[in-house]
Amino acid sequence: MLKDVTLGQYFPGDTPVHRLDPRTKLLLVVVYIVALFNAKGWWSYALMAAALLAACALSRAKAKTMARALKPLVLIILITGILNMFYTAGTPIFRFWIFTLTREGLRNAVFMVLRIVMLIAGTFLLTYTTSPILLTDGLESLLNPLKKLKFPVHELAMMMSIALRFIPTLIEETDKIMSAQKARGADFDTGSLIQRAKALLPILVPLFISAFRRADELAVAMESRCYHGGEGRTRLRQLRFAAGDYAALALGALVLTGVIILAKRGL
Amino acid sequence: MDENAPAVRAENVTYFYASADDTPPRDVLCGVDLSIAPGTFTAILGRNGSGKSTLAKHMNGLLLPKGGAVYAFGMDTRDEALTLEIRRRVGMVFQNPDNQIVSNVVEEDVAFAPENLGCEPAEIRRRVDEALKLVDMYDYREYAPHLLSGGQKQRIAIAGVLAMRPRCVVFDEPTAMLDPRGRADVMKILLRLRDELGDTVVLITHHMEEAAAADRVVVMADGRIALDGPPKAIFPQVEKLRSLGLSAPETTELLYELRQAGLDVPLDALSVEECAAAIRDGLQKQK
Amino acid sequence: MNESPILKTEKLCHVYSAGTPFETAALRDVDLEIRRGELVAVIGHTGSGKSTLIQHLNGLMKPTSGRVLFEGADIGASKQATKNARCKVGLVFQYPEYQLFEETVYKDIAFGPRNMRLSADDVDVRVREAARFVGIGAELLGRSPFELSGGQKRRIAIAGVIAMLPQVLILDEPMAGLDPAGRDGIMENILGYHEETGAAVVVVTHSMEDAARNAERMIVMSRGRIVMDGAPGEIFSRGDELSPIGLDVPVMTRLADRLRAMGVPVKGSVYTVEQARDAVLALKGGGGAC
Repeated sequence: MLKDVTLGQYFPGDTPVHRLDPRTKLLLVVVYIVALFNAKGWWSYALMAAALLAACALSRAKAKTMARALKPLVLIILITGILNMFYTAGTPIFRFWIFTLTREGLRNAVFMVLRIVMLIAGTFLLTYTTSPILLTDGLESLLNPLKKLKFPVHELAMMMSIALRFIPTLIEETDKIMSAQKARGADFDTGSLIQRAKALLPILVPLFISAFRRADELAVAMESRCYHGGEGRTRLRQLRFAAGDYAALALGALVLTGVIILAKRGL
Repeated sequence: MDENAPAVRAENVTYFYASADDTPPRDVLCGVDLSIAPGTFTAILGRNGSGKSTLAKHMNGLLLPKGGAVYAFGMDTRDEALTLEIRRRVGMVFQNPDNQIVSNVVEEDVAFAPENLGCEPAEIRRRVDEALKLVDMYDYREYAPHLLSGGQKQRIAIAGVLAMRPRCVVFDEPTAMLDPRGRADVMKILLRLRDELGDTVVLITHHMEEAAAADRVVVMADGRIALDGPPKAIFPQVEKLRSLGLSAPETTELLYELRQAGLDVPLDALSVEECAAAIRDGLQKQK
Repeated sequence: MNESPILKTEKLCHVYSAGTPFETAALRDVDLEIRRGELVAVIGHTGSGKSTLIQHLNGLMKPTSGRVLFEGADIGASKQATKNARCKVGLVFQYPEYQLFEETVYKDIAFGPRNMRLSADDVDVRVREAARFVGIGAELLGRSPFELSGGQKRRIAIAGVIAMLPQVLILDEPMAGLDPAGRDGIMENILGYHEETGAAVVVVTHSMEDAARNAERMIVMSRGRIVMDGAPGEIFSRGDELSPIGLDVPVMTRLADRLRAMGVPVKGSVYTVEQARDAVLALKGGGGAC
């Protein structure tokens, strides 16, 4: 059922990666992405791949689950690969009609595909090992300094966590509304694209109205529990860096440096 | 805050909803005077549109009276500086369990109120555990709320309010969306609040059986208080209740019908036990 | 008397999330028959399978095994058969007012008949008839449903299903969340539809009192099975079987039992106030009559 969809597919566990502070993981993902986009040649990509594989092993992520995360993007990956293969200028290897396969093209294609796959794998690991609530907590904490610039950090974090909390509820409600309209003969499966789009109205209108009503009632409930914005709010769960976090960040910095050095040498 | 003040006091409260167009505003409360003593369980009954929910929302300052005044433990709800303190002391539980839950994890949701009040993390932890134990949901503290039943969710919502350590809790039709098991669980907690914690409990409902457990029953109609007294004094007024769009508990209705047919039975035997005894005695008197 | 049932299930089973660690059997070998024009109440706790069952009766859900037959034909046999069943077996969900979406009451009630591809004239007749059944005046047809009260919205939602003129009308907790006046109103409307069209009506509820007052037949479900099926009096005489499955007998039945335990010989089935009154007055005997 739709109910089983959790955003980003979080799988609870007790691995070293799970236990890392969410801020560490968020920072590492940023470092990872920067490194990935700096990688130039086989050696730098090899270093990135080694780092990724080590992280996967440590978080005991199953290859099957990762493959499932990649599935929706197979088309994009293929198109990128093919475009790069046939449209990069350089020494031609093979000619077919208007398509020219060049050596550089082949190389670029491989690197592009690797980059996309590793990008997805990296963010997959982040959501695999960190619950949505911790992710928002970590994000809020990292963005805190922006409060001085009047950036609404608390409000954004509150919005994100409420949205996350209501996703399963809204999915359930959509199911119910669909069933109710189907019981009145609504058909969502047949017809042209336009017909199917129109058929969504009996679902979207009640859903939106319901969402607004929920928001109203939730706001009243929050005020009744003394909510008054972010001023003076404390938290039950405190984020604290441990030795493992410093180690992980240090390693991340090392990998980044390594990749930059290798890339500078064209490796 | 005055220790001896009534938990909630409404003085000649009027309230109306302004309309968007030129039609005259809809009067919802027309001069309500009500004083609720601390430590008591008061049930407020009335048909839909009688103003009972609107009155409830005045008790913690969610709505401010257009005329008259409302005092919570002696504090005027119109005084903005006191709003937070009033809401801390007068908690409110609403009808829809889902629309009161803010967080993805049960204990985080219960922590919402103490977090808002700026409590230290250790204190928050204490209050969360205490509140969850009070509603018998401590074992579910790490669950995701959307996996729980309606009754369980409502208990989490109640725990979320109890974590503020209020002195009075107002329940606005808390069981309307629950099945009998859920309803029974919530009623159990309500009584526990009065009996074990000495809190003031105000229950807005239209289930007569729930009101029968209260110390005092207030019946509202058309924005005014129509009846006010202990359950045994209110429920026997079967005709009056019917005219107000309510019904009496079935035991009372039966006794009323039997009385009409000439049997000598009291009208205030509410429980099954009392009612059966009353009927038996009434029949014996015939002989 | 011996006519075949209009709706029937044969060994109906439904398993959720089969093959995963969350596998649950919501329905186990359910054999059910609904006859034309019957007034049935289905009672059971949350988790008894009653909500799953009713969604099979109009083809919204497909059985894991077993069949559902409407007028003897398997509704799952073809897409057409399922569509057909959906028009003949109307289903009103809980809190149906949350499905309203059209700009006017008229248009919303017309949604069902329009999906049945009826002519504009036929649709008009259906809409007005349905509105009449639920007590929605013609002057409200042009208004936006969202301007109206909760009770009115619910009636409009029910009208939306009645407009399809189902021969079996199934309602899931139609009176949930309404005040006593609202409850009586809705029940009256439903019974009105039943009397005028002769349609079978199935009400799913967990209120024993509501079931007792209106049903001719009660089906009790527990853990995906039908455990009791009979007239209310019959069901309520088995109170000791009801409590283990988390249900209770109506207040009046408990009262009658208590009276009997006290030595007052109350006769017959008692589960409504009227029956209790009559039973007690019967014991009053002669003398003192007005």
